[in-house]
Amino acid sequence: MKILETLMQKPWTAEQIAVDNTEDGIAVAIPPSKLGLRFFLGSIAVLMSLFVIGYSDRMVLSDWHPLSEPWLLWVNTVVVIASSVLMHLSLVAAREGRFDGLKSNFMLAGVAAFAFLVGQAIACNQLIAAGYFAADNPANAYFYLLTVTHGVHLAGGLVAWARVALRMRAGEREIAKLYESVDLCTVYWHFLLFVWLVFFTLMLFT
Amino acid sequence: MAEVYVPPAEVEEMELYHAKSWITKYVFSQDAKVIAIQYSTTAIAIGLVGLVLSWMMRLQLGFPESFSFIDPSDYYQFITMHGMIMVVYLLTALFLGGFGNYLIPLMVGARDMVFPYVNMVSYWVFLIAVLVLVASFFVPGGPTGGGWTLYPPQTITSGTPGFGAGILLMMVSLALFIVGFTMGGLNYVTTILQARTRGMTLMRLPLTIWGIFTATVLALFAFPALFVAAIMTTLDATLGTSFFMPAALDQGVLNQHDGGSPLLFQHLFWFFGHPEVYIVALPAFGIVSDLLSVHARRHIFGYRMMVWAIVIIGALSFIVWAHHMYVSGMNPYFGFFFATTTLIIAVPTALKVYNWTLTLWKANIKLTLPMLFALAFIVTFVNGGITGLFLGNVVVDVPLSDTMFVVAHFHMVMGVAPLLVIFGAVYHWYPLMTGRFLHKGMGLFHFWTTFLGAYTIFLPLHYLGLLGVPRRYFEMGQTTFIPDSAQDLNAFVTVVTLMVGLAQVVFFYNVFWSARKGEPAGHNPWKAASLEWQTPEVPPGHGNFGPELPLVYRWAYDYGLPGAKDDFVPQNVPPGAEGAGGGDAKA
Amino acid sequence: MIVAIGLILVAVGTVVFHFVSPWWWTPIASNWGYIDDTIILTFWITGVVFVAVVLFSAYCIVKFKYREGVRAQYKPEDHKLEWWLTILTSVGVAAMLIPGLFVWNQYVTVPEGAAQVEAMGKQWSWHYRLPGADGKMGKSNVRLINDDNPFGIDPKDPNGLDDVLVDGANLALPMNKPVKFLLRSVDVLHNFYVPEFRAKMDMVPGAITYFWVEPTREGTFDVLCFELCGVGHHAMRSQVEVKSQADYDAWLKEQKTFKKALADNEVTIEQLIKRADDQTKKMKDALPKGHLTH
Repeated sequence: MKILETLMQKPWTAEQIAVDNTEDGIAVAIPPSKLGLRFFLGSIAVLMSLFVIGYSDRMVLSDWHPLSEPWLLWVNTVVVIASSVLMHLSLVAAREGRFDGLKSNFMLAGVAAFAFLVGQAIACNQLIAAGYFAADNPANAYFYLLTVTHGVHLAGGLVAWARVALRMRAGEREIAKLYESVDLCTVYWHFLLFVWLVFFTLMLFT
Repeated sequence: MAEVYVPPAEVEEMELYHAKSWITKYVFSQDAKVIAIQYSTTAIAIGLVGLVLSWMMRLQLGFPESFSFIDPSDYYQFITMHGMIMVVYLLTALFLGGFGNYLIPLMVGARDMVFPYVNMVSYWVFLIAVLVLVASFFVPGGPTGGGWTLYPPQTITSGTPGFGAGILLMMVSLALFIVGFTMGGLNYVTTILQARTRGMTLMRLPLTIWGIFTATVLALFAFPALFVAAIMTTLDATLGTSFFMPAALDQGVLNQHDGGSPLLFQHLFWFFGHPEVYIVALPAFGIVSDLLSVHARRHIFGYRMMVWAIVIIGALSFIVWAHHMYVSGMNPYFGFFFATTTLIIAVPTALKVYNWTLTLWKANIKLTLPMLFALAFIVTFVNGGITGLFLGNVVVDVPLSDTMFVVAHFHMVMGVAPLLVIFGAVYHWYPLMTGRFLHKGMGLFHFWTTFLGAYTIFLPLHYLGLLGVPRRYFEMGQTTFIPDSAQDLNAFVTVVTLMVGLAQVVFFYNVFWSARKGEPAGHNPWKAASLEWQTPEVPPGHGNFGPELPLVYRWAYDYGLPGAKDDFVPQNVPPGAEGAGGGDAKA
Repeated sequence: MIVAIGLILVAVGTVVFHFVSPWWWTPIASNWGYIDDTIILTFWITGVVFVAVVLFSAYCIVKFKYREGVRAQYKPEDHKLEWWLTILTSVGVAAMLIPGLFVWNQYVTVPEGAAQVEAMGKQWSWHYRLPGADGKMGKSNVRLINDDNPFGIDPKDPNGLDDVLVDGANLALPMNKPVKFLLRSVDVLHNFYVPEFRAKMDMVPGAITYFWVEPTREGTFDVLCFELCGVGHHAMRSQVEVKSQADYDAWLKEQKTFKKALADNEVTIEQLIKRADDQTKKMKDALPKGHLTH
């Protein structure tokens, strides 16, 4: 464990001083933005887990009336998986130095994510139209809460995506300058896909 | 598959952001030092509102039925807003947004935070959060009066003041605060981990940075719980969902909710709330370690133990939350687990106290103002800490919970003690920020009145709690068990509170007066070894360190190093140069 | 020197205040003397640490006051010392925790045969119910509360009819008989506390919480609400009278049963059942019926 080793160091001893003087001041060999994103995802992971805990705490009670998920959610799930795959292909293209692949996949990934959000909004509207109001049953309330929370986070990701997309539209073609952003977007996309799959599975079975 | 990120061999000079106009230099600034000042002034401004609120509630407690302008609704609003403002908007924001922003880049040897733009946005979101909070004072019904813990169902039922707009604005403000804080927090941890100057290992960092770092990590993982609680309460109040709201009466009328769990809110709140205590305490622990070391002219004793203690306390703080809920009606068998974890936390905390005092052993102690405040911190922290052993021990908590004992305990341990550290820190770093000392005479007056005054306020309150005087009571009224002398004591405490409050005027006057007329401090006046004092300019300029970042060759505590010319060796003095005299290493 | 004297005065003053302070707990009237004992034990252990730490600091700042040219000792750690301190602290902590956990085990374990009393909190008053001759408390539900049924007792539950509804706000308890308090709230959180009993618990709407106590001293004691419950929180009072068994029996005779209370109001149990059924039907109707086609 590197962390434990670090914590055992005695910085005042001559041996340790010799080692420490070669320190580069970087704890993890990744760019700062990627480390920052990891902490951010950690924070969101706590948020999402607490929702799941609240959900599982509530679903076991007898007055929980599961709602029937509209088939549109299956379509949306396919779309958001596609979005993640496209984002990943964009990253692969960036690694291989293919700007065209990077750009087209990146743009399509964003469009797919946007389509997913529209789909989610339609699905919620269908449920409301069918009389599933949040106030009526905790299953409904949690459905909207989880769906909207996930959606808002993806929408935030789309803002970041849009900034990168605009840079490309403005003529940025240098992969080195785009790589970090695409990398961050990919990590975020995969994370949110995972969150959605957990939510969706949970809602499907209860 | 992923290519390995190779850090540049030479530390790349960060592309520093340069302000182009007055607005971007002083208002929408991306310089951490300016953001620190913005955070601090905003936090202190809203903190003063919290202070005035405490006077109002003390007036009512000391002299009940004397002030017609305070009715029960007002009183409960005062205590609620006082608590929330002090814990979140003053202490959290000041320690992390204020001290964190100012000290992190300087102490780790960076030019600025790693994400300066995000850092700027963080402050402005915080400011909006504060404004929303202030706005809640002016909406119909006023701010929420549900207690700072905001427990449903009361906070959103009509028997509680501010159950309409007040509570909603509170929740919005908290959500904004959390968003803003997260932006700042990501900066603090990433800067500390990834942007240290060469030679600055993690174990060479001053304890201030360890405290701020761990507190920030706690905050990043604890605030989401409050966020969840705030969202769900808002939905219960507006959409009529039943996350926390059970079927119950609201002023005799059956509400439209069903099956929600008020205890779920409490679990979420305290899953945030207990780490929050350490979010305030850990930076104070770190800062006071540095104040003691510098002014005692001795290294901190047991540096590694201090770091471990911070990390262990931080980790344990996530598994003790339900000690706030021993008598909440949760499964009583949880009490065994949470009492055990809670008392285990006392061990690393006690070790920190021992190491602070052992730092004084065979030291060469200068009784400067920062040192005085650090000593006062030890006294008040130990006093407040040991009463934590009462409240953490589940069965002892039974008679004491929700009494004045609790109020006295947490004010001593996370009100008075951290505030004394903040004052000590201001006296300590003011010369760095302005190039001048704060006036010593005014400082001594401020110290003695604040320390002895605050102690006099809160010590007797413990005994009122033992007597059975509840907290959050507008007035005690007639009881069979409270002697009249308790009221005299309350009146006395109120008078002392007002005096201590007024003494703070001297402090603020000192801060303004000394900025112009204070004694010039020059370069590194306390002869400190850590990096923030080694900047070429005082106060540090934009980019902190002049043309080249300093190189670090030692830990932050080389005081009294055998063989060195001075009694301290700054971190950037290379090996072999100690004999040349530390103070001049860079200039 | 002044600073050292200041610190010593704080330590000494605290101890003196502790011993001469006229503000101390009220004489106990229950079996929970162990709680008081644990508090005293905690005072001693922590008090010694507090005084020791402050006096040690005061000593250091006098003894090791700054002198020009003097160097502090350079000794970054001392393993032996740190181990000793860790062990001593752990022992001290265990000395408080272990007795505390034993007492807690008693606190959560209600003795067999304890009498039941329901205390119901309602903004901002107290209401009490006793199980009646059959020793069984009838089921209750907040939805069933109305003017004729202030406790929301389920009219279909035969155990409820003989429940004793305590008239007026005051409750009586017999001496030296363990009592299990069943706590319930119909609106917001409350907390039932009698300082002389030393035992308390929150009342949570939608749940029934409990604690138990055995009164050991006759007298009239205040009941206070100990969980902020709205603007009337501080005025939410009642009293408990601890009586000898004979006095208690006399008091009990004066109280009305649920059945008697209904009769006095000229309401029949059938009417209550009908009202309850209507209520249930209304709730069922409110459930969503719509389903999406798959």
